[in-house]
Amino acid sequence: MRKLALSDDILMKVDKPARYIGNEVNMVVKNINEIDIRFAMCFPDVYDIGMSHLGIQILYDMFNKMDGVYCERVYSPWTDLDEIMRKENIPLFALESQDPIKDFDFLGITLQYEMCYTNILQILDLAGIPLLAKDRDERFPIVIGGGPCSYNPEPIADFFDIFYIGEGETVYEDLINAYRENRKNNGSKTDFLKMAAQIGGLYVPAFYDVTYNEDGTIKAFEPNVPEAPRKVRKEVVTDLSDTVYPDKPLVPFIKSVQDRMVLEIQRGCIRGCRFCQAGTIYRPLRERNLEFLKEKAVSMLETTGHEEISLSSLSSSDYSQLKELLDFLLDEFKGKGVNISLPSLRIDAFSLDVMSKVQDIKKSSLTFAPEAGTQRLRNVINKGLTEDDIMNGASLAFEGGWNRVKLYFMLGLPTETIEDMEGIAVLSDKIARLYYELIPKEKRNGKVQIVASSSFFVPKPFTPFQWAPMCTREEFIERAMIVKNKVNDMLNRKSIKYNWHEADVTILEGVLARGDRRLGKAILNAYNDGCLYDAWGEHFIFDKWVKAINDAGLNIEFYTTRPRDLDEIFPWDFIDIGVTKDFLKREWNNALEEKVTPNCSVKCSGCGAASLVYEGTVCQR
Amino acid sequence: MKVRIKFGKKGYMKFIGHLDIMRFFQKLNRRAGIDISYSEGFSPHQKISFAAPLGVGLQSTGEYVDMEVNSLMPSAEAVKRLNDECVEGIEIYSFKQLPEDSGNAMSIVAAADYIVTFKYNNLFSLRRLSEIVNNFYNQDTIEVLKKTKKSEKTTDIKPLIYSIDATNEVENTVSDDDVSEYGIKMQLATGSVNNLKPELVMDALFAFAGYDSVDFPINIYRTEVYANKGTEEEPDFISLDDLGNDII
Repeated sequence: MRKLALSDDILMKVDKPARYIGNEVNMVVKNINEIDIRFAMCFPDVYDIGMSHLGIQILYDMFNKMDGVYCERVYSPWTDLDEIMRKENIPLFALESQDPIKDFDFLGITLQYEMCYTNILQILDLAGIPLLAKDRDERFPIVIGGGPCSYNPEPIADFFDIFYIGEGETVYEDLINAYRENRKNNGSKTDFLKMAAQIGGLYVPAFYDVTYNEDGTIKAFEPNVPEAPRKVRKEVVTDLSDTVYPDKPLVPFIKSVQDRMVLEIQRGCIRGCRFCQAGTIYRPLRERNLEFLKEKAVSMLETTGHEEISLSSLSSSDYSQLKELLDFLLDEFKGKGVNISLPSLRIDAFSLDVMSKVQDIKKSSLTFAPEAGTQRLRNVINKGLTEDDIMNGASLAFEGGWNRVKLYFMLGLPTETIEDMEGIAVLSDKIARLYYELIPKEKRNGKVQIVASSSFFVPKPFTPFQWAPMCTREEFIERAMIVKNKVNDMLNRKSIKYNWHEADVTILEGVLARGDRRLGKAILNAYNDGCLYDAWGEHFIFDKWVKAINDAGLNIEFYTTRPRDLDEIFPWDFIDIGVTKDFLKREWNNALEEKVTPNCSVKCSGCGAASLVYEGTVCQR
Repeated sequence: MKVRIKFGKKGYMKFIGHLDIMRFFQKLNRRAGIDISYSEGFSPHQKISFAAPLGVGLQSTGEYVDMEVNSLMPSAEAVKRLNDECVEGIEIYSFKQLPEDSGNAMSIVAAADYIVTFKYNNLFSLRRLSEIVNNFYNQDTIEVLKKTKKSEKTTDIKPLIYSIDATNEVENTVSDDDVSEYGIKMQLATGSVNNLKPELVMDALFAFAGYDSVDFPINIYRTEVYANKGTEEEPDFISLDDLGNDII
């Protein structure tokens, strides 16, 4: 047996020791003497969260299929172990070999949400790796970030050597070969980074200088070495049915958030909701073919033994062969005790029929995401779901026996009025009325239960709303109160439950989402002041963050509520996601004019994504 | 049809708790292609039940799980299939058919064997250890303070200790981190009627000998679990494994 990095005594003391011992089903074991590249793949949150992430499973499988490469995993130690490791000077280790991270060639960190930024510093700190990239020489691993937050990596640019912009399946092999070549030539870290900067999709922040105007906006963002391109173009997989996908996903011992097989059926989305970053950065829509998915579903069941399979995509109803796929899965997994967990599907006759086959109607609920309370505001955000769609879907569902409805909304959207806010209550009430009108008393399965939830809107880079001012914390809470009071005025108030999210954490998310390089100092301040696990409500301390930002000489409002000029240079403008800034500007104007833009399958709006990959995508249809 | 699996849980698998071991077996059964029976309904679950939960930190070479299957396969094949899909630290020893009228594993457990070894070094000579253990067991009563969530009460655990001896037969149960050449072997009441944890016995033993248990890190192994074929007064223990029959 491998020798563990932590002693029995420590493992008996901490919560869920299984987080730290590895040895899971399908863990890859390699002989260290037969490999020349050690890659530590990190999800900077606790194991139970990180193990649920499909992206890491894909990359883990991909790296370990490469000759000479051993990819291992590392997650944030929970606060109990964090304290012990600091006190006893135990270096952070990888789960597979239990070897210190500091001895690896690469440390890859996935950037899934802004609120994990202090956890990145924890990882580096516990590993004994200097936090700032400029303080790290050849003795330390190359620290590389990837994932959705790398579409604006500037707030964390100081801590990383490289960011990988785009889909991970494409250029890692090139990067590893460059590393080998540089090692053979006895090259320096800078030599290697110059090679990396010339590989598509790779951004080396040290090779760019940023200057600022007096008002704090960016004056210029320029490469400082000839090897660094002016623009970094995102990487995309051209054929998703001809690429790596894990045949043997890892199966954790402890229950993770996603304790199931995940089948990614397509990437990208045709819908064009104007608030949605995933909707632009993953364009264009690419489907995986049915045969590929069938094969993967079968092999994953054989290798994991999971009791559930879940389909993953941004909008599964748009998958052209959804019916065939679901029929296959129902048929294949029936009698094998395997549940099919359906992603949020558009509610219609088809999806209700499928749902009735796989779920207990009495226990399950329907989910709608109108996002806004009135049709006017839904037009502003280009959410193609009309009130008729919702009422028709709800009628069918109520007649089919369902009586629980979940509704998701956002508050603080651009142009939002009191009528829009109150619309959340009005729409919820209408659905409740529909139930009581439609279903006679004797056929009712109790009261209708409507849960309306609202999150607060954060403008994100590479969306048409990247120019939009965000609300203040007080405005957010005020708006939630308006909804709450209106719900209480409604006839069916007893059937409606209204929830809203924390405002504090939303403000910080807003700062980091559209932040610039100067925020690195604020993140460092926050970490040094004890901020960690900010994504976990009970650990998030807003006041410390306010102080950290102020101490860095910055102010929150500059990043959140400030209206942005159409021609302002944004910190993320050096990234080319295919979708053009002109298209985003057009869409921003359409939003203000309440004009709807048809989705990609109805009509091409010339967003620019077709320049990345055309054949086999929605762009070609 | 009912089958019973005997398995071991060793090394760092001791950090995996009972509920997670249950989940592990449900997935293991699917990977190994065991034709297991499922309950009806929208979230079908496997019909399986474990004999006696093993605490986190304990290792074992005598764990049992019973399950309902729709069809049988030869014992040797099932054992091989299951072991092929296992992880290091979990090993399947047997796969046997149970008579249809046999009680489920959980309800029939009456006793279990344990071996306790000392981590890091041999604390006493075997003779000294023998002496301590014998004197300990020769007391008229062995009073311990049992703490529950609600109350604390003193109980006599002696009737629940069926045997206890020093032993030098520990070679099969030695971990990487212990250098014990001998240890303590005990048979304790186990199950839903009477249950005594080996940790509690060791605490009492150390206290009796005038030592603090914190100073003596130990490893605990369960080596066998028994049903009682006799009566409460005159027990006749038979291992759960011996209640099943090999499938040819």
